[in-house]
Amino acid sequence: MSAALSPPASPRSWRQRVFGAATFRFESLLVLATLTIVMTVLSPVFLSVSNFFNIVLSTSVFGVLAIGMTFVICSAGIDLSVGSIVGFSGVVGAMTAANLNLPWPVCIVATLAAGAFAGWVNGFIITKGMIQPFIVTLGMLGVARGTALVLSDGVSIYGLPPEVVYLGQGRPFGVPAPVIILLLTALVAHVLLVHTRFGVYAQVIGDNENAARAMGVRVERHKTLLYTLSGLLAGLAGLLFAARINSGEPTAGLSYELTAITATIIGGTNMNGGRGSIVGTIIGALIMGVLQNGLNLLAVRPFYQQIAIGAVLVGAVWFDRVNSKEGWRR
Amino acid sequence: MSLLELEDVRKSFGAIEALRGVTFSVEAGAVVGLVGDNGAGKSTLMKTITGIHRPDSGAIRFDGASLVGKDPGDIRKAGIEMIYQDLALARMRDVAANIFLGRELTRNVLGVQIIDTKRMYAEAEAMIAKLGARVKSVTQIAGQLSGGQQQSVAIARALTFNPKLVIMDEPTAALAVREIEHVLELIRTLASHGIAVILISHRLTDVFAVCDRIVVLRQGAVIADDPKSQTTMNAVVAHIVGATDVPRQGAAR
Repeated sequence: MSAALSPPASPRSWRQRVFGAATFRFESLLVLATLTIVMTVLSPVFLSVSNFFNIVLSTSVFGVLAIGMTFVICSAGIDLSVGSIVGFSGVVGAMTAANLNLPWPVCIVATLAAGAFAGWVNGFIITKGMIQPFIVTLGMLGVARGTALVLSDGVSIYGLPPEVVYLGQGRPFGVPAPVIILLLTALVAHVLLVHTRFGVYAQVIGDNENAARAMGVRVERHKTLLYTLSGLLAGLAGLLFAARINSGEPTAGLSYELTAITATIIGGTNMNGGRGSIVGTIIGALIMGVLQNGLNLLAVRPFYQQIAIGAVLVGAVWFDRVNSKEGWRR
Repeated sequence: MSLLELEDVRKSFGAIEALRGVTFSVEAGAVVGLVGDNGAGKSTLMKTITGIHRPDSGAIRFDGASLVGKDPGDIRKAGIEMIYQDLALARMRDVAANIFLGRELTRNVLGVQIIDTKRMYAEAEAMIAKLGARVKSVTQIAGQLSGGQQQSVAIARALTFNPKLVIMDEPTAALAVREIEHVLELIRTLASHGIAVILISHRLTDVFAVCDRIVVLRQGAVIADDPKSQTTMNAVVAHIVGATDVPRQGAAR
């Protein structure tokens, strides 16, 4: 083999050691920086501490969703149901507290368990029924939202315990609690994705499912776990959402799957599976947060935000397609 | 007792009977050639042994223990490695990760099993060096290697964990002449170390060059199973295509 074909066997940099081979897409940082500069110029209030917390606070809910989405997309799957699960789990949690008068730890566990259960159902049907994740999670998008509306009779459920509300509105050390929860979740998820079998197998399944199976990875069981994790994190997002507005809202998280998927993709996770990065996903979520916040500050009507997010999603995938021609994708 | 024993193994996919009662055995250290036309059931048979397919009926025993119902991970642990025709590599991961795929080395950090990349690099490096494979660095991404290099990675993976039986599915099909010789030499080395090999190949010259015994599969059943000394290439070809009226011994044109 000629030497020109292969890169030199350089010792691994600190960046590779910490982040694994799956370093995030550098362009996403540029996008975030550019967007920040543009917004700063356009709006005088953009660059302030209180607005910064506004951005990270709104980022925290779909950031948690995007973390779960990263694992699923890594494995060449997709989870369209996360937005609906936010509403479903929030309603379940609020009902345990407001209707059943159960103590706050039960409320938290019930919210998370409701999300994890919906995710597990996704995974179970995908693997046992051998149906595409797209269809199964699209079905769950309808089922979870419908169940949330049925359970709540279509109205908000007020009266969460103060301990739960603290998770959404509290400010330990002056930092909004959801932001701390997002960062902790991201940290755990990063270690899981890059440094444990669980995360590596998620990526190998997306890379070459047959190889994973042949080498002894229990592919079906693993996929079920991945969708359960995505559901669990959607439950966590549901908890944060309900806590922030102090009620279980059946329409909470409507179309959040769009934001979560977009954040994941612009963060550099490969749409076709095989590679993903939690750091990239967080940057992607921040881009979404800055974009939404900036458009709000510029008094752009919220309807246009949907258009912007949708356009960014398609643009990011297009960019990825053009770039990957000389990358590691085939 | 043979190392690997198959008894009346059957497998159907819907209406298609892929394996119609396969019986044969492999001794420790033997090199068995498995030949047959496309669709004869060779790959299905091997995937049934490695646990990817589950047989409908019949017995598969390895080292005296039944393999039926075990998953691919358990079967690798029992000592059977397979080098797949498509090599079964994770194309976006590096050489070391591929060599240790499914068997990552870990260390315990606060009760969590963290993958020990450093040790995996060191051991993968040693394995590649031992095999004399021309892979520059174990940190290279598998998908960016040449076909021959990718094959080296798949071979290194099969040999790293001291297997008792190595199954090779068309290992020479995509290789240049010099690389083929390298693979055949490797098979001889394995046999001399007491490791059994099942070689699946369309290249009968390769099969005759290294195998002790040749098993012909036709329409999902074994129709010939002879020591190399008691068969000829013509006879094998006749069995493969189903011209069974050709005499078994000699009688070449």
